[in-house]
Amino acid sequence: MRGQRPPIPTAARYVPSDPTADMTLRTDIAITPELVADHGLKPDEYQKILDLIGREPSFTELGIFSAMWNEHCSYKSSKKWLRTLPTKGPRVIQGPGENAGVVNIGDGQAVIFKMESHNHPSFIEPYQGAATGVGGILRDVFTMGARPIAAMNALRFGAPDHEKTKHLVSGVVAGVGGYGNAFGVPTVGGEVQFDARYNGNILVNAFAAGLADADKIFLSEAKGVGLPVVYLGAKTGRDGVGGATMASAEFGADIEEKRPTVQVGDPFTEKRLLEACLELMATGAVIAIQDMGAAGLTCSAVEMGAKGGLGIELNLDAVPVREARMTPYEMMLSESQERMLMVLHPEKEAEARAVFEKWELDFATVGKTTDDLRFRVLFQGEEVANLPIKELGDEAPEYDRPWVAPEAPAPLDETTLPALDVAESLLALLGSANHSSRRWVYEQYDTLIQGNSLVTPGSDAGIVRVDGHPTKALAFSSDVNPRYCEADPFEGGKQAVAECWRNLVASGAEPLAATDNLNFGNPERPEIMGQIVHAIKGIGEACASLDFPIVSGNVSLYNETNGRGILPTPTIAGVGLIEDRSRIGRIGFADAGQTILLVGAPDGWGTHLGQSALLRDCLGRHEGTAPHVDLAAEKATGQCVLALIRSGLATAVHDVSDGGIALALAEMAMAGGMGAEIEARSAPIRAFFGEDQGRYLVTIDPKNLEQIVAEASVPLAVIGTTGGDALKLGDARSISLDDLKTAYEGWFPAFMGDTLN
Amino acid sequence: MKSAVVVFPGLNRERDMIAALTRIGGVPPAVVWHKDAELPDVDLIVIPGGFSYGDYLRAGAIAARSPMMDVIRARAEKGVTVLGVCNGFQILTEAGLLPGVLMRNGSLRFVCRKVRLEIANANTPFSRGYQGGQVIDCPVAHHDGNFFAEAETLRAIEDNGQVVFRYAEGTNPNGSVNDIAGITNRRGNVMGMMPHPENLIEPEHGGTDGRAIFAGLLAG
Repeated sequence: MRGQRPPIPTAARYVPSDPTADMTLRTDIAITPELVADHGLKPDEYQKILDLIGREPSFTELGIFSAMWNEHCSYKSSKKWLRTLPTKGPRVIQGPGENAGVVNIGDGQAVIFKMESHNHPSFIEPYQGAATGVGGILRDVFTMGARPIAAMNALRFGAPDHEKTKHLVSGVVAGVGGYGNAFGVPTVGGEVQFDARYNGNILVNAFAAGLADADKIFLSEAKGVGLPVVYLGAKTGRDGVGGATMASAEFGADIEEKRPTVQVGDPFTEKRLLEACLELMATGAVIAIQDMGAAGLTCSAVEMGAKGGLGIELNLDAVPVREARMTPYEMMLSESQERMLMVLHPEKEAEARAVFEKWELDFATVGKTTDDLRFRVLFQGEEVANLPIKELGDEAPEYDRPWVAPEAPAPLDETTLPALDVAESLLALLGSANHSSRRWVYEQYDTLIQGNSLVTPGSDAGIVRVDGHPTKALAFSSDVNPRYCEADPFEGGKQAVAECWRNLVASGAEPLAATDNLNFGNPERPEIMGQIVHAIKGIGEACASLDFPIVSGNVSLYNETNGRGILPTPTIAGVGLIEDRSRIGRIGFADAGQTILLVGAPDGWGTHLGQSALLRDCLGRHEGTAPHVDLAAEKATGQCVLALIRSGLATAVHDVSDGGIALALAEMAMAGGMGAEIEARSAPIRAFFGEDQGRYLVTIDPKNLEQIVAEASVPLAVIGTTGGDALKLGDARSISLDDLKTAYEGWFPAFMGDTLN
Repeated sequence: MKSAVVVFPGLNRERDMIAALTRIGGVPPAVVWHKDAELPDVDLIVIPGGFSYGDYLRAGAIAARSPMMDVIRARAEKGVTVLGVCNGFQILTEAGLLPGVLMRNGSLRFVCRKVRLEIANANTPFSRGYQGGQVIDCPVAHHDGNFFAEAETLRAIEDNGQVVFRYAEGTNPNGSVNDIAGITNRRGNVMGMMPHPENLIEPEHGGTDGRAIFAGLLAG
C-alpha cells in the first residue's frame, strides 16, 4: 500500500528528549493546530482523535493517525462509492480488502492480481518512482503466497512537446524495466499514452499477477494471542519520512524539494524476499503476512491486528535499522522498500530464521500479538504509542463528499470537420504519439523470462501459459480511454471495463475478473467528485452486466498541479482464462484470401466520431460525446467471437478501439505481414474512423462463411479480403505495408532521439 | 549425461534453464546453491541468467569472486563442460574463465527482442547440433551484452575459432565487437553466450532453434 501521504514538516523532527524525563507518553513536540494541519488532518478529524483516545496524542501517535486516516489508506472519499462495485462471483476466492484479489482458475489453482498507482513519486523521481511502483505491486502478489507470472504497466505522460516529457518517459520506462527485469517477471502488456493534461502529474499504474494453489493463499489476518510478530527483509531507513514528504494535496511549485522523499528500490533484495517468503510459507510457519508499503510498519501492524481482532505490541528497539538514531516517529512512518511483517508459529521460529539467513535477509522478532485490542509501540523502554487498534482502521473518517453531475458536452457537429482523406488520416494516426508502435518501450522490458509467454506486447492482450498445465493459459489486458471519461465519466467508466473485457475475448480468453486503479483529481471539488461517482457507477454497471467482478484495486486522488486536474483515468486491468491454448486469438492476418468479418457493428460499420482518435490526434480537437456502450450487445458479440476462436474458425482476431476499423486493420496487416482490400463505404471517414463500441474484426476461411453467417446471432458484415502487400481501404489510395510500418515504427525512436539501436 | 545448474542469489532464469535441461535431456539437472558444500560430479555445469547480486558493482563481478567459482574453475580445468548464459557469461568473463568483457549495451538500455544468430563454429560441444554458417533465431534480454576485447585478445579469439555465435547482419542488439554473441575458452570446454536459447525450445515459444545447443550437450 503506497500513495499519497500527508506532508510532514522538517521543523517538527522528533528529537529524543532527556531520558530522565518522567513521562509515559512522549509529547515533546507540542501538538499545535498547524502541526495537525501539516499531517493532513482536518480540525474535525483531530477532534475525532481526541474523542477516541480521551487525551492529546503524542507526536508518534499523530503520525500513526495521519498514516492510517489519509486518503490512500482509508479511502475516506471513495469508500461510499467503492462499496457499490460488484466484487463477488463464482470464481472469486478473495475480493477487495487484502493485498490482492484471488480468482479460482480450476485444477486447484488461483490467479492473484492487483493494480496500483505510483504517480507522484514517479513524477518527482521517474526511475525510482516507477521501480518502487513495480516492486510494491509484486510484493502485494507474493505476500499472498503467489509466484508472480506477469506484469503490466499503464503509463500516461504529458504532451510530447512538454519540456519534462522525454525525461519522464526515459526514466519511468527504465525504472519499470530495471525492477521487473531484475526481479524476473515478464512484462506482457500495458499502455503508454500522451496528453497535455498529464503535463504536471504523470500516471504510473503497475499491475502484477501471480499463481498459487487455491488452498494455500496467505492473508493478513493475525490469529492467536502471544505469538511472535516478525520483521523480514530489508532494513528500515528514513526514506519516506523526515525531510519533506510528498503531499496528498496537489502538486505546487515546490515539487523539486520533494525528490529526497522518494524511496529507492532494490530488486535484488525483492527477488531474495520472494524466494525466502515462498520457502517460508512452504514450511507452514506463517499464520499471517502483510507487506510494508505506505507508512510501512504502522499500516501493516494495524491491519494485521485489526483484521484478526487482536492487539499488537511492537518493540522498536528490535527493528533492523539502516541509520543510527532513528526516532519512533521515523520508524513508524518509514516507507523503506522490500520489507514484510509476519505472525509466525512460535515453534517454527528457528526454521523460519534459517530460511531468511540463507537468503541473507533480516529477520527480527519485533513484537507480539495481544488480547487487549491496543496498538502499543515501545521504544527504549517507554511506551510511545498506545491506541485502540480497531478504531485506527475501522473508525477512520468517511466522507460523502458533495458532487455535481458532470455536464455532457454538445454532440460533434460533423459539418465543421475539414475534408479528410482516409489513407492520409490513417498514416497520420499511425505516426502519432498515441497510436504509433510502443516497441521502443516494451523492448526495454523482459517479456520472455519464465519461458511461458505466448503473446507479448503489441497485441490485444498478453498471454502466458499456466506453467505445468498441459492446456491452460492466462490473458491480461489494461485499458481506459481518459478522453471518453472526461466527456462522460459514466460511459467512460463502462467503456474502460468493456474494452478490457473485449481485449481478453479477442485473445480467446474467458474474462474472469478485474482490478481497478482509479486516478482522479481533488475529490474536495464537487465536479471532480462527480467524475469519481459517475465513473464508479459506469464501472459497476459494466462489471455487473459482463460478469466481470472487481477483486482488488487502488484509488489515487489529488492528481492535480496548480489547480488543474488530470483527465479522469479509471484504469481497468483484467484477467482471462484460456482453457485450450492451442486456440488463441492472434491479431496478425494469418493467410491470404481470408474473408474479413466485422462483428458487432452498425450498418454503416462506424458512426461515432465524437472524442475519437481521429479528432484528437489528427485535428487536435476534443469535441463531442463519448461513444455509448450497449452492454447487452457487448456481451452477445463477445460470446460470438469467443465461439469463433474456440471452434478454430477465426484465423485472426482484433478488437476495434480508438482509431476505428482503419487503425485495427493496419495493425492486423502489419502484425501478419500481409495486406487486405476493404470495400468502399459512402461515408468513409465515419466508417473507417468511427469509434462505435463492441466491435471486432475476425478473419475466416471463406468456405466457412455461410455456416458462420447462418449461426451468428449478432450483426456480422463481410468487409473485405486479406492478401497482397498493401492495405486498401475502399476508394482511398492503397498504402504499402512498408509505408504503414515506416509511419508506425518511426514516431517513438524519433521522439526519444535515438540514433543507436 | 549429468548436469548441474548453479544458482547465485539474484539469478532469475534458473527455472527456465532447469526446464530446458529437463525437457530436452529427460533428466532434471542437479540444482546447486552457491553456498552448498559440494558441487556434484557432473559432465555439464550451467550458470544461468539473471542479476546475481543485483548486478551491483558490475554485472557478474560479485558472483565471480565467490568460493563456488573456484570450484567451477577447477572442474573446467579438468575438462568439465561449462555453459554460462547471459549473466552466466558475464560471471565467466569476470572470473577470467573466458576472455573479454561485457559492457553496457550501446543504446545504454535493456533490450529484449528476438535476434538472428549465425553459427560461426559448429565444431564445439555447444554448437555441434548446428551447421557452420547456419542462421538461427534466438531471443536476447540484457543490459550489459556489449562484448569487447582489446585487439590482441580479439585476434586470438578469432584465430582460434573461439567465436561460436555471431549476431547475423543487422541484428546486433548491443554493439558487440565483431558481432560476437558467444565464445568459448581456448580449450573449447567453457562457453558463454548472451542470447537465451532456453527461451526458444518449444513451438509455443515461437520456435525451437535453441534446442540443438542442449540436445548437443546432453547427448554426449
